[in-house]
Amino acid sequence: MHSLWPLALVVLKELVRRKDFYVLFVLTALLSVLMGSVNFFNTAQIARYLKEICLALIWISSLVIAITTTARQIPAERENRTIFPLLAKPVSRGQVLMGKFLGCWLACGLCLLVFYAFFGVLSIGRSAENNWLLLGQALLLHWAMLGILVAMTLLGSVVFAAPSSNGTICFIVSVGILLLGRHLNKVALQLAEPAQSIIYAVYFAIPHFEIFDVRDLVIHHVGLVPAGPVALAVLYAAAYVAVFLLAARLVFRRQALN
Amino acid sequence: MLKIENLIVEYRSKEIGQPVRRAVDGLSLDVQAGEVFGFLGPNGAGKTSTMNVLLGFVNATAGDAYLFGVNVKEPVARQRIGYLPELTYYYKFLTAEEILRFYAGIFRIPRNEVENRIDAVLKLVELDHARKRVIKSYSKGMQQRVGLAQALINNPDLLILDEPTSGLDPIGRMKVREIIQRLRNEGKTVFFSSHELGEVEMVCDRVAILHEGKLRAEGKVSSLVNQHQMNLEQIFLKLVGFQPSPN
Repeated sequence: MHSLWPLALVVLKELVRRKDFYVLFVLTALLSVLMGSVNFFNTAQIARYLKEICLALIWISSLVIAITTTARQIPAERENRTIFPLLAKPVSRGQVLMGKFLGCWLACGLCLLVFYAFFGVLSIGRSAENNWLLLGQALLLHWAMLGILVAMTLLGSVVFAAPSSNGTICFIVSVGILLLGRHLNKVALQLAEPAQSIIYAVYFAIPHFEIFDVRDLVIHHVGLVPAGPVALAVLYAAAYVAVFLLAARLVFRRQALN
Repeated sequence: MLKIENLIVEYRSKEIGQPVRRAVDGLSLDVQAGEVFGFLGPNGAGKTSTMNVLLGFVNATAGDAYLFGVNVKEPVARQRIGYLPELTYYYKFLTAEEILRFYAGIFRIPRNEVENRIDAVLKLVELDHARKRVIKSYSKGMQQRVGLAQALINNPDLLILDEPTSGLDPIGRMKVREIIQRLRNEGKTVFFSSHELGEVEMVCDRVAILHEGKLRAEGKVSSLVNQHQMNLEQIFLKLVGFQPSPN
């Protein structure tokens, strides 16, 4: 753990000194404020509409930040040859991966805090109703989901040499899971064998990001999610993180560095 | 301090049917504490492959290597070494101070010692005035000196330097040489590869000459010079089989 923290801090410093996060935050804020200021439905539902838009933008921005930050970590270390002085220190390749994961995941958490704080402030400006605890749960689940995405992208970064190809694949896969993942079992039912078994296998193998998505509950002020399902979702995320990191470690362990 | 026993390093070609390339062929070396050891050889002789094994970047095909009696396969073997790569690239968005704090963290240097160590190494490499500037604003010589500073942050007993003066101007070279000599006076062991034979003759206690992966000569510079009755450059050229053109 002692070796992981300095590695994680470097990732955090990189995020703070690069412009990606600021650009995405300003874009999200601008779009949300602009949408909120246009009262074209002229109804009381504008607050909910604004929340929906803002949360959708936060989700998209978080996917972009998580994927772009993580995808470049290992390829940049190799391309810039910073991996050599790093691995010449008493640190193993597995620890480097763990440190990178920790840094990227913490960076995502930090971004989510800023985004959700903005969302909270924006919601207060539009309506008095705001369930801060539910917002906290939404943030926690969102962060847990990003943990899976960060670990998956890290695995991709040791498999694919170019961060752009890894980033594109991870983005398509994550959006695909978010949009279609929950429907795959229904699709499988309509198919004949062996396609049915294949689609079922995919359905059970992929991490279901949709279980972490409680945006509707936040928008429609439904009560808190019970602690049990939240804990189970976090455990589910931890299991996938462990699987992806283990796979990344196995690939990276014997990989030539140049 | 540093021991290599019958080391063999082979690289498999990615193309099917291509033969396995043997970069290091049965190399054995023993570097004693407190000496400056020059590791010489033409390009492709196997120097970098040997260093890559010592630093854990590459696994040996056969044979073993030890640092302080610990097999180099264990990350802990690198706890008391400092390494300066030939080309120094560091996180350019960090300042010299931050990069040294980062590496100090990896070495788990106690927090109350870190600032003193950073001050000491930055003074040694004469970068104290630029410590708060990001590395991307540094000249090549300054970046090389940051490299040397990070190699010294843990106050290592053994320094592994891969062509430390490569690409530096004469003043930069002289400064690096001075630092190596100062480290020797402090009792540190330095293992370095170089193409600059004059420099090697100046600072090294012992040298090893490698060619085509095999050890061709090893010993004190003065003994080799006496034995062959020629200077180190001529010995080197003779051992690597260089034939000067008749005119």
